[in-house]
Amino acid sequence: MPSPVPLPTSHVPDAEARLALAESLLACDAARPCAEAVVEWLVRHTQAGVAACLVREETGDRLMCLAARGLSEAQCDALEWEPDGGGHPLAEVLAHAAPRYFPAARAPLPALGNCFAVPLGRAGVPAVGLLLIPASGTALPPEVAWVAAHMGPTLTRLLPAGRRLDAGDGLLRRIIDAVADPVLLTDLDGRPRIANARAEALLVAGTDASEGRRRAVELNRRVFSTALASGASGGASGTRRREVPLVDPAEGMDLLFELISTPVHAPDGHEVMVSVLRNVTDLGRATQALGESYRRLRATEREARSERHRLDRVLDSVADPIILSDPSGGTVMLNGPAEKLFALPLDGGKAAQRRVRSNVATFSSFLANLVDGGAAPRWRGQLSLADPATGATIPVEAVASKVLGDHGELTGIVTLFHDRTEALEKARLLERVKEVSSQLEARVQVATAELAEQNEKLRRQAIQLEQASAAKSQFLANMSHEFRTPLNAILGYTNMLLQGVSGELSPPQKRNLTRIDSNGRHLLEVINEILDITRIEAGRMPLHLSDFGIPELLQEVVAELDPIIARSKLAVSTELGARLPPVHSDRQKVKQIVLNLLSNALKFTHEGSVTVLAEYVTATSTLAISVQDTGIGIDPAYQEKIFEDFQQVDSSPTRAYGGTGLGLSICRRLATMLGGRVTLQSVPGQGSTFTLHFPRRARRA
Amino acid sequence: MTNPSPTTKPLVLVVDDYQDAREMYAEYLEFSGFRVAEAKNGQEALDKAFELRPDIILMDLSLPIIDGWEATRRLKNDDRTRTIPVVALTGHAMTGQSDEAKGAGCDSFVTKPCLPDALVDEVRRVLATRGGARPG
Repeated sequence: MPSPVPLPTSHVPDAEARLALAESLLACDAARPCAEAVVEWLVRHTQAGVAACLVREETGDRLMCLAARGLSEAQCDALEWEPDGGGHPLAEVLAHAAPRYFPAARAPLPALGNCFAVPLGRAGVPAVGLLLIPASGTALPPEVAWVAAHMGPTLTRLLPAGRRLDAGDGLLRRIIDAVADPVLLTDLDGRPRIANARAEALLVAGTDASEGRRRAVELNRRVFSTALASGASGGASGTRRREVPLVDPAEGMDLLFELISTPVHAPDGHEVMVSVLRNVTDLGRATQALGESYRRLRATEREARSERHRLDRVLDSVADPIILSDPSGGTVMLNGPAEKLFALPLDGGKAAQRRVRSNVATFSSFLANLVDGGAAPRWRGQLSLADPATGATIPVEAVASKVLGDHGELTGIVTLFHDRTEALEKARLLERVKEVSSQLEARVQVATAELAEQNEKLRRQAIQLEQASAAKSQFLANMSHEFRTPLNAILGYTNMLLQGVSGELSPPQKRNLTRIDSNGRHLLEVINEILDITRIEAGRMPLHLSDFGIPELLQEVVAELDPIIARSKLAVSTELGARLPPVHSDRQKVKQIVLNLLSNALKFTHEGSVTVLAEYVTATSTLAISVQDTGIGIDPAYQEKIFEDFQQVDSSPTRAYGGTGLGLSICRRLATMLGGRVTLQSVPGQGSTFTLHFPRRARRA
Repeated sequence: MTNPSPTTKPLVLVVDDYQDAREMYAEYLEFSGFRVAEAKNGQEALDKAFELRPDIILMDLSLPIIDGWEATRRLKNDDRTRTIPVVALTGHAMTGQSDEAKGAGCDSFVTKPCLPDALVDEVRRVLATRGGARPG
């Protein structure tokens, strides 16, 4: 159906008048006042004197006169006509939507004379009415064209929708509008002539449509034309079906349509196309969803099957035999290990079959406890089965459990068998281990008793040794007494004789008595020192600890040896280091050591000096008392030896120096008792330095 | 060496069971100007002491019948002899014996072997501390 062609509006004589009309049209809310305003304006501004506006009637197809000037009522009625009447000159104007000049002879109304009929409407939809105005020439006056262009859309808006159809049958229009699918009649190029509301929504955009809608419609039209054209070229004749993807201009959604097009011949003889578009978008979606559901169903089925397989595999993988029985005791399922025991072997010998039957019988009588056993949910028992292959007895523990349904009804019984061969073997081994262990324990007890006996023996031996040692010490003490008593007399009488108690002596007598005296004294010294060593070794020389000062002690030592010092020609001096602290030790033993070292120094030094030096070493909290001489010195080879018992550098019987050779040995022992030691530095021919090192505070051993 | 007159010569009681030692000390003491009495055991020592009231007693500790410690204890517990100084003589040089001797009441302690002149020196020293010889 053609739309009214936009009219040229270039020549505008009176802009203000046009503005006024445009404003009044905008203000109109009904068709009639709009029509009256336009007719009034045309009469005034075109000097026509006559003008009329005709529109399609609302309920029918009649054209009726909405407003008129310069026409009588009768003249107006004359203008009203039925489009279906055929042949009416104005019908062509509506059909082609183009203004037309009518010479007076063919004018629709003789009173008008030469006149123009101008269709009124909107682009894209059929014309809704006409303007009739007298013509002064064959060219349409610009004012009329302008008015028609502006009034058309307004009138279209104001008139009911039904008005828009210019096709004769409003009923048909309503019928096709009622069809849910888009239906259209197009020329062979796809230009719509009739479109129902659904088709319009997809393929028609008015001048006031949004930009987006116009583009969507444009796109749809192109797709539609292409689809139509491909059908036209492809087929010989008749109905064609194909799928057309379109866009919903309002929502922007992709829609899929099935296009069914049929060529028909219009009354005017032109071939046109009737097209029905069936929306298959939802169908496509439904198909897709169906496919998806099917796939899921298949997946679920696969899963269920694999679950079942897995369960089977799990059961088979259990090393213990499992049997599933129905409520009456009939076997439903065996896992692999159970099959070996309870399924009749296909190729087994008679012996194997007999054993299997025996196993089945054993199991049946076991299961009877639960099948007939009432409420107990579980039954446990020790069975003795036979290995079908070897006939070996297999002790098993069987546990049968009821499988209950949702309502507590018995649906089956599961029996698990546990091979007890290993457990029994373990128990046997455990028994054996216990036996061996108790034997071992008995042996350990015997050994312990022996050990205790040995210990007791050792303890007794230790006591005996101690007693022997004590006896030795006692013996030495007694011996020393027994030695000393006669020695006391010998030395005493010799002393008296030398003092002339028995009269004067001749020089040889005196010399011989002097030898008796000195040998007697030496013997006494040896006895005393042996006694000291014995006492130290027997632990019978205890420490007597006390606080004392070193300077006083050295003074005493020097004083005690004063007679010897006086006889010698030596310079004897004492040097005390700074900050000599009082010490806590055994004074008697320190004194004995220093006395011994000093008397040695005096004995082995012929000339020069002897110096006694006392120092405190803060770092080690020890005292060092040195006796330094300028004597004969000691060869390095002897420096260690001289501390041994009965050793002097010269130990020969003809030695030049007296003494027992026990002095340094005793010194070293005493120093050890104090927690200290005696050291020696010496160069032969130059002298020796003996040093006693001992802690400032001695600890009781 | 001085020889005091007989009346003023102090009396020394020498107690020792070993005859050679006893007589040796006695001889030297007399040679040194003392009067000497001898006893060869503890009991005899007590008897002589009570009888003679010596100025000083030299007491060997290892004695038969009554030992030196016991004899000294009895002398020191008796008013007649309490003030007489006792010098202990012993061949046992073991530690502790001197303490034991002091505990028994001995005034001095001398270890044998002791040369006669050393012993006489000790007797003189003890008598000097006592303020001279007591009349017998």
